[in-house]
Amino acid sequence: MYQFSGKLKIFSLALIIVGALGIAFSFYSGSQLTVESAKEIIANQSHGDSHGSAVEGTHSTTKEHDTSGSHTSDGNIDKEMSAHGAHGDDSHAEHVLHQLQNRPWSAFYVALFFFLGTTLLVLAFYASQRVAQSGWSIVLFRVMEAITANIVPVSILMLVFIGLTVGHFNHIFPWMAEGTFDPSSENYDAIVDGKSWWMNVPGWAIRSVVYLLLWNLYRWFIRKNSIAEDTANDGFKTYKKNYNASVIFLFIFMITESMMSWDWIMGLDPHWFSTLFGWYVLATLLVSALTVIAFVTIYLRSKGALPQVNDSHIHDLAKFMFGFSVFWTYLWFAQFMLIWYADIPEETTYFLARFNEYKLPFLGMVVMNFVFPVLLLLNSDFKSIPWFVIIGGIVILAGHYVDVFIMVMPATVGGQWFFGIPEISALLFFLGIFIYTVFSAFSKANAVPTGNPFLEESAHFHYYNIEHRGEGSADH
Amino acid sequence: MSHYEASIREPLVLGDKSYHDITEDIAKPIEGKANKNWYIAFYISLAAMLWGFGCIFYTVGTGIGVWGLNKNIGWAWDITNFVWWVGIGHAGTLISAVLLLFRQKWRMAINRSAEAMTIFAVFQAGLFPIIHMGRPWNGYWVMPIPNQFGSLWVNFNSPLLWDVFAISTYLSVSLVFWWTGLLPDFAMIRDRAVKPFQKKIYALLSFGWSGRAKDWQRFEEVSLVLAGLATPLVLSVHTIVSMDFATSINPGWHSTIFPPYFVAGAIFSGFAMVQTLLGIMRKVTNMEDYITRMHIEYMNIVIILTGGIVAVAYATEFFIAWYTGSPYENYTYLSVGAATGPYAWAFYSLLFFNILTPQILWFKKIRRSFIWSFIISIFINIGMWFERFDIIAIVLSKGHLPSTWWRFEPTFVDVGIFIGTIGFFFVLFLLYARTFPVIAQAEVKTILKSSGEFYKKRLAQGIPTKPTIVIAEKKIIEVDSSDKNIKE
Repeated sequence: MYQFSGKLKIFSLALIIVGALGIAFSFYSGSQLTVESAKEIIANQSHGDSHGSAVEGTHSTTKEHDTSGSHTSDGNIDKEMSAHGAHGDDSHAEHVLHQLQNRPWSAFYVALFFFLGTTLLVLAFYASQRVAQSGWSIVLFRVMEAITANIVPVSILMLVFIGLTVGHFNHIFPWMAEGTFDPSSENYDAIVDGKSWWMNVPGWAIRSVVYLLLWNLYRWFIRKNSIAEDTANDGFKTYKKNYNASVIFLFIFMITESMMSWDWIMGLDPHWFSTLFGWYVLATLLVSALTVIAFVTIYLRSKGALPQVNDSHIHDLAKFMFGFSVFWTYLWFAQFMLIWYADIPEETTYFLARFNEYKLPFLGMVVMNFVFPVLLLLNSDFKSIPWFVIIGGIVILAGHYVDVFIMVMPATVGGQWFFGIPEISALLFFLGIFIYTVFSAFSKANAVPTGNPFLEESAHFHYYNIEHRGEGSADH
Repeated sequence: MSHYEASIREPLVLGDKSYHDITEDIAKPIEGKANKNWYIAFYISLAAMLWGFGCIFYTVGTGIGVWGLNKNIGWAWDITNFVWWVGIGHAGTLISAVLLLFRQKWRMAINRSAEAMTIFAVFQAGLFPIIHMGRPWNGYWVMPIPNQFGSLWVNFNSPLLWDVFAISTYLSVSLVFWWTGLLPDFAMIRDRAVKPFQKKIYALLSFGWSGRAKDWQRFEEVSLVLAGLATPLVLSVHTIVSMDFATSINPGWHSTIFPPYFVAGAIFSGFAMVQTLLGIMRKVTNMEDYITRMHIEYMNIVIILTGGIVAVAYATEFFIAWYTGSPYENYTYLSVGAATGPYAWAFYSLLFFNILTPQILWFKKIRRSFIWSFIISIFINIGMWFERFDIIAIVLSKGHLPSTWWRFEPTFVDVGIFIGTIGFFFVLFLLYARTFPVIAQAEVKTILKSSGEFYKKRLAQGIPTKPTIVIAEKKIIEVDSSDKNIKE
C-alpha cells in the first residue's frame, strides 16, 4: 500500500494556500479597478505599437461583413464589435475596464477548466481501456482511478463558478449581460437573441449541472466497483458490470463533452461557431490527460508504489502522447485552415483576434504541441526513458494550457492579457488540489487491481523492442 | 517466452489447427478449380463492368451533357460515387494499419482481404476524377510537370489538386503495404506449386522470399513503419476529400467538422463493406475457422463506434446550423431544406439506413449473427451513399440565390457508370479471391498457439503447450476429455 508522504502533503497544501492567496489578491486588486485606471492603461498602451492596429484590423473586417455579409438583411449587426467603431472614449474605457475586471475570473476559469477537462479525459480514457479490454494498461488502472478523484473537488469549484456566473458576479459570458435579450435595451443583441433557445441562463445552468452530475456518477460507481472487483471472485460478474457501465459512460461522454464545450467555451464568443469545436477541445484535453497519467505513473513508480509497471508501459503511454499530439494538430489545423481558406467574416474574426493580439502564444502553442513532441517522441528508445517523457510532457502540458488560455482569454479580457499573478496562482491552487486528492486517493486502495481478468497480461506486458532497464529479465 | 493471455479472450482460430492445416486451408482456393457459382458471379460482374465502360466511352465521346448535371448542380453522382468508393477503401488501411498499431490480433484474419478491398475500391474511385472532367485528355495538366508553356504550373491552393496527390499517394502506399505482407504468402504458394507455370508466376510475385530471421525482423519493422505512415495517410486522404466541400463557402459544405466526420464515415462504410464481403467469403472459401463469429462481432463494434461518431457529427451539424442563426443553413439542414424539400426521401433514407438501423447492433445476439450483420452492412453502404449524395446534391440544389434553385435527375449514364464500377470492383475481387492467399497465413500462424482454440483449451486445462509443435497429424490429443492427462 502506498503511503501519501507527509512532505508531499505539506507541499500540496502549500500550493493550495499560496494559490488561494494569489487568487484572493488578484480579485482584490481587480475590485480596486475604476474607469480611471482603465483610461490610464489605454493611454499607456497607445504608446505601444500593436494594440491599436490590431483592433483596427478586427474592425475593418467586421464592417466589411456588415455591408456585404449575410446579416444585413435581418439587421443583425455585431453589436459589440461595431460599437468599437462609433464609441467615444468613455465607452472604450468602460469596455477595457470590463476586460480588466474579467482577468482574475478568466485566469481562475482557465485553470479550472484545464484541470476539470484533463481529469474528465483521464476518466474517459480509463473507460475506453475497460471497453477495449486492453491487456497492457490494467496495472495503471489504480493510477487512473486516483487521478479521476480530482473530478470531485474541481466539479464542486465548477459548481461554485457556475453559481457565481449565473448570479452576475462576473462578465465572463457576454451573452449573460443585462438586456442582451431585451429589444428595448441598448445592450440588445439580435444574433444572440436568435439563439435564446440554447443560450439562456436557466438552460445553461441546468445543462452544466447535469454534465457534472453524470460524470461524477460514473466516477463514483466505477471506483467503488473497481475496488469490489479485487475481491469479488464471482466469475467476472463485477467485471462485466463495470464493462457495461463504461460503455454507457462513453456513450454519454461523447454527447456531453461536445455540449460542454459549446456551453463552457464556445459560448464565450457567442457570435462565433465551429462544428469541429467539441472534438477539438476533446483532443486538447485528451493529450493533457495522457500526459498526466504518464507523469503520475512515473512518479509513483519511482517511489516503488507500482511494482508491476515496466518500461513498456511507459513506452505505450508515450506513444499515446505522441499519437494524440499529432491528432490534436490535425484538428487544430483542420479548423484553422478551413476558416482561413473560406474566409467568411463571421468566422474569421475569431482567429483574427487571436492572431493579432495573441501571436506569440498562438503560434508558440503549435510548436509546443506539435513540433516538439514529434521530434522528441518519435524515437522508440526515447519513449521508454522516464525523464525524457517528463521533458516532453512538461512542454505538452504547458502547450495545452496555452491552448485553453487562447480559447478563453481573447473572448473575456481581449488585449488586456498577461501571464502574471492571477494565472500563476490559479494554476498553483489547482495543482495543489490535484496532488492532494490524487495521492490520497491512491493511498486508499490496493495499487494492483487484483480481480481484473487481464491483470496477468498487463503485468507481463512487454513491447518487443523495449529493453527494461534495471529489472529482472524473467519475462523477456 | 511464457504466455499470459487472459482466459476470457475468445479464440481467434477455431478447431485444432496445426500450421500445416492453415497452409492447406488458405492455399486450397488457389490450387483448386473455380466452381460454377464463381463463374456466374464473375460473368455478371464482367457484364456490369463492360456496360459501365460503355457508358464511360459514351460520356467521353459525347460530352458530360449526357449526365443529369445542370449548370447549378455540377457535381452529383460522379463525386458521390468517388467519395463513396474512397470511403470504402479506408477500412482496409484502418484494419491493416491502425489495428496493427493497437495490437489487435483479430485483424490478422481479415487484413489481407480488407487491403485488397481498399486497392480495388481506390481503383474505382480513381476513375471518377478523370471521367467527370470535361476534357479528360488534358487530365495530365494537373501534374506539376515542366512544360513548353513557359513552365505553366498548377495552383496548389485547390483541394481538387490535393486530391490528386492524396489519392495517388494513398494507392501507392496501400499497394506497397499490401504487397509486402503478401511476400511470405506468395512464397508459400510458390513452394507448394506443382505446375511449372504456376510456380514461375508465384516465384516472380514473391520476390525470392526465403524467410530468414533477418528478413522477418526487417519485415516486422517495415510493417510497423508503414502502419505508422498509413495511419496519418488514411486520415489525411479522406480529410482532403472532405475539403473539396469544406473549403467552399456553400452553406452545408462549409463546416469545420467535415475532416474527422468524413474519416469516421469512411471507416463506418468501409467496415460495412468488409463485413459484406467477408460474410460471403468465409462461406465460399471455407474460412469459417479463421473468420469467426468473434471477428464479425468486433467489426460490428467498430461499426457501432464509428456510426456513433457519425451520428454525433450529424447532430452537431444540425445543432450548429441552427446555432449560426444564418437563414441559409436552414435550407441545407433540418428546418426547411433537407427534411421537407424535394430530396426529403434521400434525407430520411440517410437517417434510416445510417443512424437508425445500425443501432440494433447494440444487441449482442444481432451483433454475432452472420445474417443480421450482412443485412446491416448492406444497409450502411446504402446509407453512406445517401450521405454523400445528400451532402452534394441537396446543398447544390438550394444555394444562396433562389433563382439558381434546381433539381438533379440522374440519367441512365450516371447510373450505368456507377453500376459499372461495382462490376469492375467485383471482377477484381473475384479474381483476387482465386489467385491470392485471402488470409495472411504468416500472420495467423503467429497467433495460433496463443489464440487458437485448441491451445487455449489446453492452457485452461493446465497442459503445457510448449512441445506441441509435433502435433502435425490431427487428433492425437483429445482436448475435451475431462481428465487432464495427455492421451497418446
